Amino acid sequence: MSDLALYLPGRSVVHRTAPGVKLALLAVLGVALVWLREPWQIALAAALVAVGYAASGLGPGVVVRQLRVLVWFLLALGLYQLWASGWERAAVVVGSIVVLVLAAGLVTLTTRTTDLTATLTRACRPLRRLGVDPDRVGLLVALGIRAVPQVVTIATEVRDAQRARGVVFAPRAYVVAVVVRSLRTAELLGDALVARGLDD
Amino acid sequence: MPLIEIADVRHVVGQAGARRVVLDELDVRLDEQRIGVVGANGSGKSTFARLLNGLVLPTAGRVVVGGFDTRSHGRDVRRRVGFCFTDPDAQIVMPTVAEDVAFGLQRRGRDRAEIDATVRRALTDVGLDHLADSPAHSLSGGEKQLLALCSVLVTEPDLLVLDEPTTLLDLRNAARIAEVVAGLRQQVVLVTHQLDLLDAYDRVLVFDQGRLVADDTPAAAVAAYRALMA
Repeated sequence: MSDLALYLPGRSVVHRTAPGVKLALLAVLGVALVWLREPWQIALAAALVAVGYAASGLGPGVVVRQLRVLVWFLLALGLYQLWASGWERAAVVVGSIVVLVLAAGLVTLTTRTTDLTATLTRACRPLRRLGVDPDRVGLLVALGIRAVPQVVTIATEVRDAQRARGVVFAPRAYVVAVVVRSLRTAELLGDALVARGLDD
Repeated sequence: MPLIEIADVRHVVGQAGARRVVLDELDVRLDEQRIGVVGANGSGKSTFARLLNGLVLPTAGRVVVGGFDTRSHGRDVRRRVGFCFTDPDAQIVMPTVAEDVAFGLQRRGRDRAEIDATVRRALTDVGLDHLADSPAHSLSGGEKQLLALCSVLVTEPDLLVLDEPTTLLDLRNAARIAEVVAGLRQQVVLVTHQLDLLDAYDRVLVFDQGRLVADDTPAAAVAAYRALMA
Protein backbone atom coordinates (compact mmCIF):
# COMPACT_ATOMS: atom_id res chain seq x y z
CA MET A 1 0.00 0.00 0.00
CA SER A 2 1.29 3.42 -0.93
CA ASP A 3 1.86 5.83 1.94
CA LEU A 4 1.29 8.81 -0.35
CA ALA A 5 0.15 11.89 1.62
CA LEU A 6 -0.24 9.97 4.88
CA TYR A 7 0.92 11.44 8.18
CA LEU A 8 4.57 10.90 9.03
CA PRO A 9 5.23 11.45 12.74
CA GLY A 10 7.79 14.06 13.72
CA ARG A 11 8.60 16.85 16.18
CA SER A 12 9.64 19.58 13.73
CA VAL A 13 8.33 23.13 13.85
CA VAL A 14 6.04 22.28 10.91
CA HIS A 15 4.62 19.28 12.76
CA ARG A 16 4.01 21.44 15.82
CA THR A 17 2.35 24.31 13.94
CA ALA A 18 -1.40 24.41 14.57
CA PRO A 19 -3.41 22.62 11.83
CA GLY A 20 -5.57 25.73 11.39
CA VAL A 21 -2.50 27.85 10.58
CA LYS A 22 -1.24 25.28 8.07
CA LEU A 23 -4.63 25.03 6.39
CA ALA A 24 -4.95 28.82 6.24
CA LEU A 25 -1.48 29.15 4.65
CA LEU A 26 -2.37 26.43 2.16
CA ALA A 27 -5.58 28.28 1.25
CA VAL A 28 -3.66 31.56 0.80
CA LEU A 29 -1.10 29.81 -1.40
CA GLY A 30 -3.84 28.17 -3.47
CA VAL A 31 -5.55 31.50 -4.11
CA ALA A 32 -2.24 33.26 -4.81
CA LEU A 33 -1.25 30.66 -7.40
CA VAL A 34 -4.33 31.57 -9.45
CA TRP A 35 -2.95 35.11 -9.81
CA LEU A 36 0.70 34.32 -10.44
CA ARG A 37 1.67 34.76 -14.09
CA GLU A 38 5.48 34.79 -14.19
CA PRO A 39 7.81 31.77 -13.88
CA TRP A 40 9.94 33.58 -11.27
CA GLN A 41 6.85 34.02 -9.10
CA ILE A 42 6.18 30.27 -9.28
CA ALA A 43 9.85 29.64 -8.49
CA LEU A 44 9.49 31.84 -5.40
CA ALA A 45 6.40 29.90 -4.28
CA ALA A 46 8.28 26.64 -4.87
CA ALA A 47 11.18 27.94 -2.77
CA LEU A 48 8.79 28.69 0.09
CA VAL A 49 7.38 25.16 -0.06
CA ALA A 50 10.92 23.77 -0.21
CA VAL A 51 11.75 25.69 2.97
CA GLY A 52 8.67 24.10 4.55
CA TYR A 53 9.86 20.61 3.60
CA ALA A 54 13.38 21.36 4.86
CA ALA A 55 11.98 22.61 8.17
CA SER A 56 9.74 19.54 8.49
CA GLY A 57 12.67 17.14 8.26
CA LEU A 58 10.95 15.17 5.48
CA GLY A 59 13.55 13.94 3.02
CA PRO A 60 13.67 14.43 -0.76
CA GLY A 61 12.35 10.88 -1.19
CA VAL A 62 9.03 12.01 0.25
CA VAL A 63 8.86 14.87 -2.26
CA VAL A 64 9.56 12.49 -5.14
CA ARG A 65 6.83 10.08 -3.92
CA GLN A 66 4.28 12.93 -3.85
CA LEU A 67 5.00 13.77 -7.48
CA ARG A 68 5.68 10.34 -8.96
CA VAL A 69 2.01 9.52 -9.57
CA LEU A 70 1.56 12.84 -11.41
CA VAL A 71 4.54 12.53 -13.74
CA TRP A 72 2.64 11.44 -16.87
CA PHE A 73 -0.15 13.93 -16.29
CA LEU A 74 2.32 16.79 -15.76
CA LEU A 75 4.34 15.75 -18.79
CA ALA A 76 1.27 15.69 -21.05
CA LEU A 77 0.01 18.99 -19.66
CA GLY A 78 3.43 20.62 -20.00
CA LEU A 79 3.85 19.48 -23.60
CA TYR A 80 0.39 20.71 -24.53
CA GLN A 81 1.00 24.10 -22.90
CA LEU A 82 4.40 24.31 -24.58
CA TRP A 83 2.78 23.69 -27.96
CA ALA A 84 -0.25 25.93 -27.35
CA SER A 85 1.18 28.83 -25.31
CA GLY A 86 4.95 28.64 -25.09
CA TRP A 87 7.47 27.66 -22.41
CA GLU A 88 6.60 30.43 -19.94
CA ARG A 89 2.95 29.42 -19.73
CA ALA A 90 3.90 25.74 -19.55
CA ALA A 91 6.26 26.48 -16.66
CA VAL A 92 3.61 28.49 -14.81
CA VAL A 93 0.82 25.92 -15.24
CA VAL A 94 2.89 22.83 -14.43
CA GLY A 95 4.80 24.66 -11.70
CA SER A 96 1.57 25.84 -10.02
CA ILE A 97 0.24 22.29 -9.85
CA VAL A 98 3.52 20.94 -8.50
CA VAL A 99 3.73 23.65 -5.84
CA LEU A 100 0.10 23.14 -4.76
CA VAL A 101 0.38 19.34 -4.60
CA LEU A 102 3.59 19.55 -2.59
CA ALA A 103 2.14 22.18 -0.25
CA ALA A 104 -1.01 20.12 0.34
CA GLY A 105 1.20 17.06 0.88
CA LEU A 106 3.26 18.97 3.43
CA VAL A 107 0.09 19.72 5.42
CA THR A 108 -1.21 16.14 5.42
CA LEU A 109 2.24 14.63 5.99
CA THR A 110 2.83 16.74 9.10
CA THR A 111 -0.67 16.77 10.58
CA ARG A 112 -2.58 13.90 12.13
CA THR A 113 -5.80 13.33 10.22
CA THR A 114 -7.77 13.55 13.45
CA ASP A 115 -6.29 17.02 14.16
CA LEU A 116 -6.96 18.09 10.59
CA THR A 117 -10.57 16.93 10.65
CA ALA A 118 -11.15 18.41 14.12
CA THR A 119 -9.96 21.78 12.81
CA LEU A 120 -12.13 21.56 9.71
CA THR A 121 -15.11 20.47 11.79
CA ARG A 122 -14.66 23.50 14.06
CA ALA A 123 -14.23 25.81 11.06
CA CYS A 124 -17.43 24.48 9.49
CA ARG A 125 -19.61 24.92 12.60
CA PRO A 126 -21.02 28.30 11.47
CA LEU A 127 -22.27 26.51 8.33
CA ARG A 128 -24.54 24.32 10.45
CA ARG A 129 -27.32 26.93 10.12
CA LEU A 130 -27.10 26.42 6.34
CA GLY A 131 -27.73 22.70 6.80
CA VAL A 132 -24.08 21.61 6.61
CA ASP A 133 -23.08 18.83 9.03
CA PRO A 134 -19.53 19.77 10.21
CA ASP A 135 -18.80 16.20 11.40
CA ARG A 136 -19.59 14.86 7.95
CA VAL A 137 -17.26 17.43 6.37
CA GLY A 138 -14.43 16.29 8.65
CA LEU A 139 -15.13 12.63 7.94
CA LEU A 140 -15.25 13.34 4.21
CA VAL A 141 -11.78 14.89 4.31
CA ALA A 142 -10.41 12.01 6.41
CA LEU A 143 -11.81 9.46 3.99
CA GLY A 144 -10.45 11.47 1.05
CA ILE A 145 -6.94 11.41 2.53
CA ARG A 146 -7.28 7.70 3.28
CA ALA A 147 -8.56 7.02 -0.26
CA VAL A 148 -5.57 8.55 -2.09
CA PRO A 149 -3.04 5.82 -1.26
CA GLN A 150 -5.74 3.17 -1.58
CA VAL A 151 -6.62 4.16 -5.16
CA VAL A 152 -2.92 4.40 -6.05
CA THR A 153 -2.49 0.85 -4.73
CA ILE A 154 -5.48 -0.39 -6.74
CA ALA A 155 -4.04 1.23 -9.87
CA THR A 156 -0.64 -0.38 -9.24
CA GLU A 157 -2.17 -3.82 -8.63
CA VAL A 158 -4.26 -3.62 -11.82
CA ARG A 159 -1.20 -2.60 -13.82
CA ASP A 160 0.82 -5.48 -12.32
CA ALA A 161 -2.03 -7.92 -13.07
CA GLN A 162 -2.10 -6.76 -16.69
CA ARG A 163 1.67 -7.13 -17.02
CA ALA A 164 1.52 -10.60 -15.44
CA ARG A 165 -0.93 -11.59 -18.17
CA GLY A 166 1.27 -10.16 -20.89
CA VAL A 167 -0.75 -7.00 -21.54
CA VAL A 168 1.51 -4.01 -22.04
CA PHE A 169 -0.91 -1.29 -23.11
CA ALA A 170 -4.70 -1.60 -22.69
CA PRO A 171 -5.94 1.77 -21.39
CA ARG A 172 -9.67 0.95 -21.56
CA ALA A 173 -9.30 -2.34 -19.68
CA TYR A 174 -7.04 -0.57 -17.19
CA VAL A 175 -9.46 2.27 -16.48
CA VAL A 176 -12.48 -0.07 -16.23
CA ALA A 177 -10.67 -2.39 -13.80
CA VAL A 178 -9.48 0.50 -11.62
CA VAL A 179 -12.93 2.13 -11.54
CA VAL A 180 -14.75 -1.15 -10.81
CA ARG A 181 -12.34 -2.07 -8.00
CA SER A 182 -12.52 1.46 -6.58
CA LEU A 183 -16.32 1.33 -6.55
CA ARG A 184 -16.26 -2.10 -4.92
CA THR A 185 -13.87 -0.78 -2.28
CA ALA A 186 -16.13 2.23 -1.70
CA GLU A 187 -19.12 -0.09 -1.24
CA LEU A 188 -17.26 -2.18 1.35
CA LEU A 189 -16.08 0.99 3.06
CA GLY A 190 -19.69 2.14 3.29
CA ASP A 191 -20.64 -1.12 5.02
CA ALA A 192 -17.69 -0.73 7.39
CA LEU A 193 -18.69 2.82 8.27
CA VAL A 194 -22.22 1.72 9.11
CA ALA A 195 -20.94 -1.30 11.06
CA ARG A 196 -18.62 1.00 13.01
CA GLY A 197 -21.34 3.39 14.04
CA LEU A 198 -21.36 6.15 11.45
CA ASP A 199 -25.10 6.41 11.86
CA ASP A 200 -24.83 6.86 15.66
CA MET B 1 -25.40 -10.79 27.30
CA PRO B 2 -27.41 -10.25 24.10
CA LEU B 3 -29.83 -12.92 23.13
CA ILE B 4 -30.17 -13.36 19.38
CA GLU B 5 -33.62 -14.23 18.11
CA ILE B 6 -34.14 -14.90 14.44
CA ALA B 7 -37.77 -15.54 13.57
CA ASP B 8 -39.00 -16.92 10.23
CA VAL B 9 -36.32 -15.10 8.27
CA ARG B 10 -36.18 -15.21 4.51
CA HIS B 11 -33.81 -13.09 2.46
CA VAL B 12 -33.97 -12.65 -1.29
CA VAL B 13 -31.62 -10.65 -3.52
CA GLY B 14 -31.73 -9.55 -7.17
CA GLN B 15 -34.29 -8.00 -9.46
CA ALA B 16 -37.52 -9.56 -10.67
CA GLY B 17 -36.73 -12.39 -13.06
CA ALA B 18 -33.32 -13.01 -11.50
CA ARG B 19 -34.20 -13.33 -7.86
CA ARG B 20 -32.18 -15.60 -5.62
CA VAL B 21 -33.11 -16.86 -2.18
CA VAL B 22 -30.05 -16.36 0.02
CA LEU B 23 -31.64 -17.44 3.31
CA ASP B 24 -34.88 -19.27 3.90
CA GLU B 25 -36.90 -20.70 6.79
CA LEU B 26 -34.41 -19.49 9.34
CA ASP B 27 -35.79 -19.69 12.83
CA VAL B 28 -33.25 -19.87 15.62
CA ARG B 29 -32.53 -18.52 19.08
CA LEU B 30 -28.91 -18.12 20.16
CA ASP B 31 -27.85 -17.44 23.74
CA GLU B 32 -24.61 -19.42 23.97
CA GLN B 33 -21.32 -17.59 24.54
CA ARG B 34 -19.46 -19.09 21.56
CA ILE B 35 -21.33 -19.85 18.36
CA GLY B 36 -19.70 -21.11 15.18
CA VAL B 37 -21.14 -20.90 11.67
CA VAL B 38 -19.92 -23.05 8.78
CA GLY B 39 -21.04 -23.74 5.24
CA ALA B 40 -19.90 -23.83 1.65
CA ASN B 41 -19.27 -20.65 -0.35
CA GLY B 42 -22.61 -19.07 -1.19
CA SER B 43 -24.47 -21.03 1.48
CA GLY B 44 -25.77 -17.86 3.15
CA LYS B 45 -23.51 -17.77 6.20
CA SER B 46 -22.08 -14.29 5.51
CA THR B 47 -25.60 -12.94 4.95
CA PHE B 48 -26.54 -14.55 8.26
CA ALA B 49 -23.64 -12.72 9.93
CA ARG B 50 -24.69 -9.41 8.38
CA LEU B 51 -28.24 -9.90 9.62
CA LEU B 52 -26.95 -9.80 13.18
CA ASN B 53 -25.91 -6.14 13.14
CA GLY B 54 -28.47 -4.89 10.65
CA LEU B 55 -26.09 -4.51 7.72
CA VAL B 56 -28.59 -6.73 5.93
CA LEU B 57 -32.28 -6.47 6.71
CA PRO B 58 -34.29 -9.63 6.01
CA THR B 59 -36.83 -9.60 3.20
CA ALA B 60 -39.25 -11.32 5.61
CA GLY B 61 -39.16 -12.21 9.29
CA ARG B 62 -37.34 -10.43 12.07
CA VAL B 63 -33.96 -10.38 13.78
CA VAL B 64 -33.82 -9.22 17.40
CA VAL B 65 -30.51 -8.72 19.23
CA GLY B 66 -30.51 -7.84 22.92
CA GLY B 67 -34.17 -6.93 22.67
CA PHE B 68 -33.69 -4.57 19.71
CA ASP B 69 -35.14 -5.31 16.29
CA THR B 70 -32.50 -4.71 13.60
CA ARG B 71 -35.12 -3.15 11.32
CA SER B 72 -36.50 -0.56 13.69
CA HIS B 73 -33.52 -0.09 16.03
CA GLY B 74 -30.49 -0.46 13.77
CA ARG B 75 -28.39 2.09 15.66
CA ASP B 76 -29.08 0.47 19.03
CA VAL B 77 -28.15 -2.92 17.61
CA ARG B 78 -24.91 -1.66 16.04
CA ARG B 79 -23.89 -0.03 19.33
CA ARG B 80 -24.01 -3.49 20.88
CA VAL B 81 -22.77 -5.61 18.00
CA GLY B 82 -19.19 -5.35 16.74
CA PHE B 83 -18.50 -6.69 13.25
CA CYS B 84 -15.21 -7.88 11.74
CA PHE B 85 -15.03 -8.34 7.98
CA THR B 86 -13.00 -10.99 6.14
CA ASP B 87 -10.77 -8.38 4.52
CA PRO B 88 -9.50 -5.92 7.12
CA ASP B 89 -8.69 -3.43 4.36
CA ALA B 90 -12.43 -3.02 3.89
CA GLN B 91 -12.86 -2.14 7.52
CA ILE B 92 -10.00 0.25 8.17
CA VAL B 93 -11.42 3.71 7.55
CA MET B 94 -8.74 6.06 8.89
CA PRO B 95 -5.18 6.64 7.65
CA THR B 96 -3.14 5.66 10.71
CA VAL B 97 -3.42 2.82 13.23
CA ALA B 98 -4.23 4.98 16.27
CA GLU B 99 -6.68 7.13 14.32
CA ASP B 100 -8.54 4.07 13.11
CA VAL B 101 -8.93 2.70 16.64
CA ALA B 102 -10.07 6.15 17.79
CA PHE B 103 -12.69 6.43 15.04
CA GLY B 104 -15.47 4.50 16.80
CA LEU B 105 -14.85 6.32 20.08
CA GLN B 106 -15.01 9.76 18.49
CA ARG B 107 -18.40 8.91 17.04
CA ARG B 108 -19.56 8.30 20.61
CA GLY B 109 -18.59 11.74 21.85
CA ARG B 110 -15.72 10.79 24.18
CA ASP B 111 -13.22 13.54 25.02
CA ARG B 112 -9.73 13.61 23.50
CA ALA B 113 -7.73 12.59 26.60
CA GLU B 114 -10.03 9.66 27.32
CA ILE B 115 -9.87 8.54 23.69
CA ASP B 116 -6.04 8.72 23.60
CA ALA B 117 -5.72 6.68 26.80
CA THR B 118 -8.26 4.09 25.64
CA VAL B 119 -6.60 3.76 22.23
CA ARG B 120 -3.17 3.31 23.79
CA ARG B 121 -4.49 0.62 26.14
CA ALA B 122 -6.36 -1.18 23.36
CA LEU B 123 -3.32 -1.21 21.05
CA THR B 124 -1.13 -2.53 23.86
CA ASP B 125 -3.63 -5.33 24.52
CA VAL B 126 -3.23 -6.65 20.96
CA GLY B 127 0.49 -5.85 20.69
CA LEU B 128 0.22 -3.04 18.14
CA ASP B 129 1.18 -0.10 20.37
CA HIS B 130 4.55 0.33 18.60
CA LEU B 131 2.69 0.89 15.32
CA ALA B 132 0.29 3.57 16.61
CA ASP B 133 1.40 6.27 14.15
CA SER B 134 2.05 3.96 11.21
CA PRO B 135 -0.11 4.12 8.07
CA ALA B 136 -2.76 1.47 8.71
CA HIS B 137 -2.48 0.04 5.23
CA SER B 138 1.25 -0.54 5.49
CA LEU B 139 0.69 -3.25 8.12
CA SER B 140 0.97 -6.96 7.38
CA GLY B 141 -2.23 -8.99 6.88
CA GLY B 142 -2.16 -10.33 10.42
CA GLU B 143 -1.51 -6.90 11.91
CA LYS B 144 -4.36 -5.43 9.87
CA GLN B 145 -6.79 -8.05 11.12
CA LEU B 146 -5.63 -7.44 14.69
CA LEU B 147 -6.16 -3.72 14.11
CA ALA B 148 -9.64 -4.34 12.71
CA LEU B 149 -10.46 -6.48 15.74
CA CYS B 150 -8.97 -3.90 18.11
CA SER B 151 -10.97 -1.08 16.47
CA VAL B 152 -14.16 -3.03 17.06
CA LEU B 153 -13.36 -4.19 20.59
CA VAL B 154 -12.41 -0.71 21.78
CA THR B 155 -16.08 0.29 21.57
CA GLU B 156 -16.91 -2.55 24.01
CA PRO B 157 -19.66 -4.35 22.11
CA ASP B 158 -21.71 -7.04 23.87
CA LEU B 159 -21.68 -9.28 20.82
CA LEU B 160 -18.85 -9.75 18.33
CA VAL B 161 -19.60 -11.12 14.86
CA LEU B 162 -16.56 -12.27 12.88
CA ASP B 163 -17.03 -13.07 9.21
CA GLU B 164 -14.16 -15.39 8.22
CA PRO B 165 -11.51 -13.28 10.01
CA THR B 166 -8.71 -15.80 9.43
CA THR B 167 -9.37 -16.68 5.78
CA LEU B 168 -6.63 -14.36 4.45
CA LEU B 169 -4.12 -15.13 7.19
CA ASP B 170 -1.27 -17.61 7.62
CA LEU B 171 -1.39 -20.20 10.40
CA ARG B 172 0.52 -18.09 12.93
CA ASN B 173 -1.67 -15.00 12.45
CA ALA B 174 -4.83 -17.10 12.39
CA ALA B 175 -3.78 -18.61 15.73
CA ARG B 176 -3.11 -15.13 17.13
CA ILE B 177 -6.59 -13.94 16.14
CA ALA B 178 -8.14 -17.12 17.58
CA GLU B 179 -6.21 -16.55 20.82
CA VAL B 180 -7.47 -12.96 21.13
CA VAL B 181 -11.05 -14.04 20.39
CA ALA B 182 -10.84 -16.92 22.90
CA GLY B 183 -9.98 -14.47 25.67
CA LEU B 184 -12.95 -12.17 25.09
CA ARG B 185 -15.76 -11.78 27.61
CA GLN B 186 -18.21 -11.01 24.78
CA GLN B 187 -20.62 -13.37 23.10
CA VAL B 188 -18.99 -14.35 19.79
CA VAL B 189 -20.46 -15.53 16.49
CA LEU B 190 -17.64 -16.81 14.29
CA VAL B 191 -18.18 -17.60 10.61
CA THR B 192 -15.26 -19.70 9.41
CA HIS B 193 -13.90 -22.37 7.11
CA GLN B 194 -11.26 -23.34 9.68
CA LEU B 195 -13.15 -26.06 11.49
CA ASP B 196 -10.49 -26.59 14.17
CA LEU B 197 -11.20 -23.10 15.53
CA LEU B 198 -14.63 -24.33 16.61
CA ASP B 199 -13.50 -27.21 18.85
CA ALA B 200 -14.15 -25.32 22.07
CA TYR B 201 -17.33 -23.60 20.90
CA ASP B 202 -20.70 -24.16 22.53
CA ARG B 203 -22.76 -24.53 19.39
CA VAL B 204 -22.18 -24.72 15.64
CA LEU B 205 -24.66 -23.93 12.86
CA VAL B 206 -24.26 -25.45 9.40
CA PHE B 207 -25.71 -23.66 6.38
CA ASP B 208 -26.32 -25.13 2.96
CA GLN B 209 -28.06 -23.41 0.04
CA GLY B 210 -29.57 -20.79 2.29
CA ARG B 211 -30.95 -23.18 4.89
CA LEU B 212 -29.84 -24.13 8.36
CA VAL B 213 -29.23 -27.86 7.93
CA ALA B 214 -27.47 -28.70 11.18
CA ASP B 215 -27.41 -27.09 14.61
CA ASP B 216 -25.45 -29.04 17.18
CA THR B 217 -22.30 -29.42 19.25
CA PRO B 218 -19.07 -28.72 17.34
CA ALA B 219 -18.24 -32.41 16.84
CA ALA B 220 -21.69 -33.35 15.58
CA ALA B 221 -22.16 -30.24 13.44
CA VAL B 222 -18.72 -30.50 11.85
CA ALA B 223 -19.36 -34.19 11.11
CA ALA B 224 -22.64 -33.22 9.44
CA TYR B 225 -20.85 -30.54 7.44
CA ARG B 226 -18.13 -32.94 6.31
CA ALA B 227 -20.79 -35.45 5.23
CA LEU B 228 -22.55 -32.70 3.30
CA MET B 229 -19.35 -31.71 1.48
CA ALA B 230 -18.28 -35.29 0.71
